[in-house]
Amino acid sequence: MAMKRARTDSAKLVYLTELTGMRLISPNGARIGRVREAAVVPREHARRVARFLFGTGHTRFAIRWNQVLAFSDDGIQLSDEIFSPYYDNDGHLLLTKDLLDQQIIDVNGRKVVRVNDLALRVRSNGNEQLWIDEVGVGLQGAFRRLTEGLLPNRVIRQIQQRIPPNSIPWRACNIVEPDPQRRLRLRISHDRLESIHPADLADIVEELGSDEREALFETLDEGVAADTLEEVKPTVKASILHSLDPDRAADILEEMDPAEAAEALASLQRHAREDIVRDMEREPAGEVAQLLGLRDDTAGGMMGTRFFSFPEDWTVARAVARLGADDALVKRSTHAFLLDGSSRLSGALPLGRLATAGRDALLRRLTYRKTLSVPIDEPADDVIDLFDKYNLYALPVVDGDGRIHGVITADDVITYLKPAIERGL
Amino acid sequence: MLRRVLGRLLTFLGVLGPGFITAMVDNDAGGIFTYSEAGARWGYVPLWTLIPITVLLIVNQEMCSRMGAVTGKGLSDLIREEFGLRTTVLVMLLLLAVNFTNIAANFAGIAGAMELLPVSRYVSVPLGALIVWLLVVKGTYQSVEKVFLAASGFYVAYIVSAVLVEPDWELALRSAVRPALVADRGYMAVMVGMVGTSVAPWMQFYLQAAIVEKGVDSTRYEDTRMEVILGCVLMSVVAFFIIVACAGAIWEGGPRPIESAAEAAEALRPLGPYAYALFAGGLLASSMFAASILPLSTAYTVCEGLGLESGVDHDFDEAPTFYGLYTALIALGAAVVLVPAFPIVPMILLSQVLNGILLPVVMIFVLRLVNRRDLMHRWTNGPLYNLIAWASVVLMLVLSAALVAFTLLPSAPEAGIPSLP
Repeated sequence: MAMKRARTDSAKLVYLTELTGMRLISPNGARIGRVREAAVVPREHARRVARFLFGTGHTRFAIRWNQVLAFSDDGIQLSDEIFSPYYDNDGHLLLTKDLLDQQIIDVNGRKVVRVNDLALRVRSNGNEQLWIDEVGVGLQGAFRRLTEGLLPNRVIRQIQQRIPPNSIPWRACNIVEPDPQRRLRLRISHDRLESIHPADLADIVEELGSDEREALFETLDEGVAADTLEEVKPTVKASILHSLDPDRAADILEEMDPAEAAEALASLQRHAREDIVRDMEREPAGEVAQLLGLRDDTAGGMMGTRFFSFPEDWTVARAVARLGADDALVKRSTHAFLLDGSSRLSGALPLGRLATAGRDALLRRLTYRKTLSVPIDEPADDVIDLFDKYNLYALPVVDGDGRIHGVITADDVITYLKPAIERGL
Repeated sequence: MLRRVLGRLLTFLGVLGPGFITAMVDNDAGGIFTYSEAGARWGYVPLWTLIPITVLLIVNQEMCSRMGAVTGKGLSDLIREEFGLRTTVLVMLLLLAVNFTNIAANFAGIAGAMELLPVSRYVSVPLGALIVWLLVVKGTYQSVEKVFLAASGFYVAYIVSAVLVEPDWELALRSAVRPALVADRGYMAVMVGMVGTSVAPWMQFYLQAAIVEKGVDSTRYEDTRMEVILGCVLMSVVAFFIIVACAGAIWEGGPRPIESAAEAAEALRPLGPYAYALFAGGLLASSMFAASILPLSTAYTVCEGLGLESGVDHDFDEAPTFYGLYTALIALGAAVVLVPAFPIVPMILLSQVLNGILLPVVMIFVLRLVNRRDLMHRWTNGPLYNLIAWASVVLMLVLSAALVAFTLLPSAPEAGIPSLP
């Protein structure tokens, strides 16, 4: 047992650049050809190379993994001479064609990288097999690709030792396959991406091409897709919404803060926008449509419409129970807003104060100063001045009757200012 | 009705940007001097090349912007994905070499403009390089871009001058549609130089990246297409008036080659005593504009093709290759101009030769990519479009071969290409 492990540890490493070009040797020692391509069949095994292809152009032949005896310096020793013609198969992941030079997502590093080379390891289990080990994305892999075929493999290996390797374990790689059928057959899922912070995922999305973006947004969980879409820069936001089926776009937008949804929709062409809003549930659709009518550079355009508001005669215990029911909103809120008997804004309550007050205290008792608020059509510049002057975290937006319609947070202000900062103004 | 028209105009202005900017940068120092030379030495005769040049330019720019809009990927990204790393590295090395000579040519433009004022190039070029470098590294480029664009209004001076100088309009218009070949090396070189300076390979990479950056997608592509075409036409209109102004102001008084920035400024003489300052300002602005965009676009394209972090969104630690390359291109491009007795004229000549040679190579990649259905879906080229495009590739290859032959011949065309003091 111990011996076996030792053997696996020092297992031979074969690079894809070396594998393509390896000789295929028949049982009687005849040279059959050279490997041109290798395929993994994820349905059968996620990492083992299942087919070795040789031959040229139209006529390619396949050798199955269990026809291989051993990998040696001379080439690949085969156990028989039965080759079947190879036909393109959607369920096969071709290592050279589908992976080399393509973009993949490094789930651990949370970024998009390009594949330079693959490192495979020889495993012994009855016969010798080749398993994908790591994906090379750095200069070392690039060096192998550039010198492949020009220098002997031995020399390449010697020189490359001086170049720092930069590789990603295969299990941390996420392939983005635009074709949904193929995605299914290759068993590619984007589940692991859902553990990435939406802001990082948004950066990843911005790096991808249109088809790949579409693929991600079609498969991600709606909640994650919504959080990610909020973080994506506006120009990309529009092209994602354009690319999606209106029904799917509507599902994602429903998960978003209506104000964010309206902002995302604002940059679409009118008919595309209407298609999506029509597919949304009635309640958020109405709110979004209303918000779409507001100008970007006013308080109404800046505000979000999800916030905590409690009648001022509630007790702390009751308010805390409500907070517990909406953790996502707690994460984004600094204040709750109090309403008087006729539902008008009467105070702002820092959420932290709920933790320090007695459970039976009335909310009304927890606020003292008069609460600042702005009308819906307040110009954005004046809103920003207020945040600056009073060091605000959140500012309620009210209509003529004093009813609260939304809340502007410091984050909303940053979002509003960011384009100007980026322009260097 | 009025609101509909207005709304349409606003969407159009919204996407106004990449196509226009590319076209404006296209008329850089090399462009101004080449067109000036064409008009001053050959009068109205070379005008006919502008129509085929415009078609070539539109075909190239339209394909790249379409690819950017449909795939959401840059040109070097696509070359990498479809043709592999080795091909990409080769193309990137060529692009690097070609763009470097273009960058140097624009620092030569800065030197020429400032020496009219007169400011020594040993002051103006390092200062210009520093400003350009800081603009991008400090992230203030975008706000300055508008200043550059506004400075492109300088070309209006050529239009005014062309009118004031009272050229032979009838002859000019007839020349514009009548192909004429003169069996003269200098003439051939000017012609090829005009193509090389108008349709430069960097533009294809730059435009496609800019379209992607702007987030234009296929549903909103029509406005972008209009803008790109308009930009190309505008570039040619400017070229037309530069040639006519030079033909009227210089050639009519006796054909002669342009040997210095001061001679090129003669074209604006009808505008009065400030013509020199105006020319200097315009040349300076367009050279600075190109000197800002070219190093940035080159570093971006190369890093993108090699899969390295790129773009001004990253800081130095995240994207060392990008910033290193960017800095080196500016520093070396400026330094080259300052080498005493450095042959600036052959430098600009070389930049155009290389542009002309690389263009058909890039075009072949573009054409193969743009016709791939799995990539472009229903946005591939039509048969007529392909015919025109492939014909231009063949034409360009012939022209490049001719240009190489002219350049390599021992008695190169004397002053075939503009010169600086």
